[in-house]
Amino acid sequence: MSRVEVKKTYKLYIGGAFPRSESGRSYEVSDTKGRFLANAAKGSRKDGRDAVVAARKAQPGWAGATAYNRGQVLYRVAEIMESRKSQFVEEVRAAEGLTPARAGAVVDAAIDRWVWYAGWTDKYAQVLGSINPVAGPYFNISGPEATGVVAALAPQRSSLLGLVSVVAPIVVSGNSAVVLTSRDRPIPAITLAEALATSDVPGGVINLITGDPAEAAPWLASHRDVNALDLTGVAGTDLDWAQLEAAAAGNLKRVRRPALDGLTAIEEDWLPTPDLSRLESFLETKTVWHPKGR
Amino acid sequence: MSTFEYAPAPESRAILDLRASYGLFINGQFVSGNGTPFKTISPATEEVLAEISEANAADVDAAVRAARTAYTRVWSKLSGADRGKYLYRIARILQERSREFAVLETLDNGKPIKESRDVDVPVAAAHFFYHAGWADKLEYAVHGANPRPYGVVGQVIPWNFPLLMLSWKIAPALAAGNTVVLKPAETTPLTALLFAEVCQQADLPPGVVNIITGAGATGAALVEHPGIDKIAFTGSTGVGKAIARSIAGTRKKATLELGGKAANIIFDDAPIDQAIEGIINGIFFNQGHVCCAGSRLLVQESIADEVDARLKRRLKHLRLGDPLDKNTDVGAINSGAQLARITELVAAGEAEGAQRWDTGCPLPEKGFWFRPTVFTGVSQTHRIAQEEIFGPVVSVLTFRTPQEAVAKANNTPYGLSAGIWTEKGSRILWMADQLRAGVVWANTFNRFDPASPFGGYKESGYGREGGRQGLAGYIVTGKSA
Repeated sequence: MSRVEVKKTYKLYIGGAFPRSESGRSYEVSDTKGRFLANAAKGSRKDGRDAVVAARKAQPGWAGATAYNRGQVLYRVAEIMESRKSQFVEEVRAAEGLTPARAGAVVDAAIDRWVWYAGWTDKYAQVLGSINPVAGPYFNISGPEATGVVAALAPQRSSLLGLVSVVAPIVVSGNSAVVLTSRDRPIPAITLAEALATSDVPGGVINLITGDPAEAAPWLASHRDVNALDLTGVAGTDLDWAQLEAAAAGNLKRVRRPALDGLTAIEEDWLPTPDLSRLESFLETKTVWHPKGR
Repeated sequence: MSTFEYAPAPESRAILDLRASYGLFINGQFVSGNGTPFKTISPATEEVLAEISEANAADVDAAVRAARTAYTRVWSKLSGADRGKYLYRIARILQERSREFAVLETLDNGKPIKESRDVDVPVAAAHFFYHAGWADKLEYAVHGANPRPYGVVGQVIPWNFPLLMLSWKIAPALAAGNTVVLKPAETTPLTALLFAEVCQQADLPPGVVNIITGAGATGAALVEHPGIDKIAFTGSTGVGKAIARSIAGTRKKATLELGGKAANIIFDDAPIDQAIEGIINGIFFNQGHVCCAGSRLLVQESIADEVDARLKRRLKHLRLGDPLDKNTDVGAINSGAQLARITELVAAGEAEGAQRWDTGCPLPEKGFWFRPTVFTGVSQTHRIAQEEIFGPVVSVLTFRTPQEAVAKANNTPYGLSAGIWTEKGSRILWMADQLRAGVVWANTFNRFDPASPFGGYKESGYGREGGRQGLAGYIVTGKSA
């Protein structure tokens, strides 16, 4: 007789802990053929606000860590994912309906994406910053730094590679992230949370909320203590990105619009190596002047 | 001992050739606007300087169409090198006509001639010269593939640095290959209209630069026009938010340069004489009509009394009066409306319990004037410590530790600029890291340069102006749509 399997309870990831939704709700998650996979926590707007509090608390420490340290921590995420690769492949295959080979390629790309971004922590400031030759006896330097707390809608289709491609460029520079995961494909996100929790990413730097993004997204878009909004994951939902962007104007959040076909949000192809534009979306340029003299 | 009084040293207006009325500058020509004409006055005397056309929605449409045609048929077909040569020409003409621009700016804006002559106009010319050299080097300015212009850019600028803000906007836009429709502020349109003549003298192709005059309705029509690809705005945070809302859900992008409530932080080991000059330059430069003005003075408690005494002694020597006089330090408030705003906030400061002090200097009978004013005993919740006054009024707060200074400095929705005065280098660098502001001046204040990015964090807006980072705001990269 075969052994009875121990099933996992899937929860949210907020402030480094795995709470259930404060709402006490869950929802059924199925594979692409409609077969039951699990009950996932159905995050609420209050969960979103709690995640913002956790993200705000964690952000200064993360931004204040050395770039070398952030790079090692993010590289460690890749290491942990690699060690659990078969689990990720299985979950991505179930969530996205891919062949095992295709799912393997997607998970490889997700792991490699962490490695790519981990390498940027101590380089983007050199590439994007400048010494400015002003017309006077002044030392003048401009460097990029993190904008603060970023709320992000993760892609709906690409449950792992898309998620990593959105989250990594946010946190590379020292931002913290509140991420609403794919509604129908949340399980790889929770397994990613387990990898994050065991890879020295400080609690609160990345917060993952499963459920229907339509519940929390409007509240995050208008939240006064959120500095930027990534709308990538509106593609494939009923959410109106124009309304979310308009709500973000209340405290002049930096908004990264979704990929567009005309004015319709579309999900981009996540396999190619990205450019710097996502990383740049969540940076501020600070310029410092000082006189020169004997 | 006798005191030597200053003799009047007014700059002559004879260099100006003011017209009685001005039209809109569309497609290389001055044309009459279809809105209701309005008058621009000298804020120092309330003398009417000229009648200005108001652009209505149809005029805005004509300007945007002219800019689009110029973009498609001419400007986008020129090489970067040739675009650059037009910008070099403009820079040179601004230098050649610098005195004329300085006098006109002072007359229309009310700022002291020494500032328009030594800052506004030369730095405006420098912006064109700097950006001219970028026009054929765009692939070095940004990291994405296939760098190219947006197309037609709509630009709306404020009244505090009329020509300088115009140059901050137009020079990088044109260098990147865009064409522009620019609206100057309704109280200070004259140097923008004189700049239109410079475009004619430079043989700039018609439609590459279009100048439309009017107030908020004209600006809104420009921002909302579907033919605009990118908006660059400098002005209030309130209007900036309205712009962000109005372009939400469209393909338009925006750069917003908005308000500020900068902390100027004085430590007890600061070079005190330089710091006093820095405080004064920080808040009384341009009558305090500066978004990055050091309007919150944070003084370490141990030297608060000394700074207070020295600051007030120095302020008494500022000369307020005729902006055209070369010895004038403090000019006129730009408009009656702005004077009313300053007066209201100062009254609120007194009502909330802060102690008001001003220089007591005589004020001219006509025009809009406000004495340099210092508030002490200010707490963080006072309106004068939270709201942008945009006038010659400084609020003094104290602190004990660097941590407290940072906490107070960052306690604002704004994040445009900050000042640090200390002789300790490591503290400067630590403070600069902690301050949530786009520009940090250490042992100096209010320095501007075309090569130096300027712009804010948080509700002071987004995007930068100046330097490679500023130019990037006018360049698109990646695959073509």
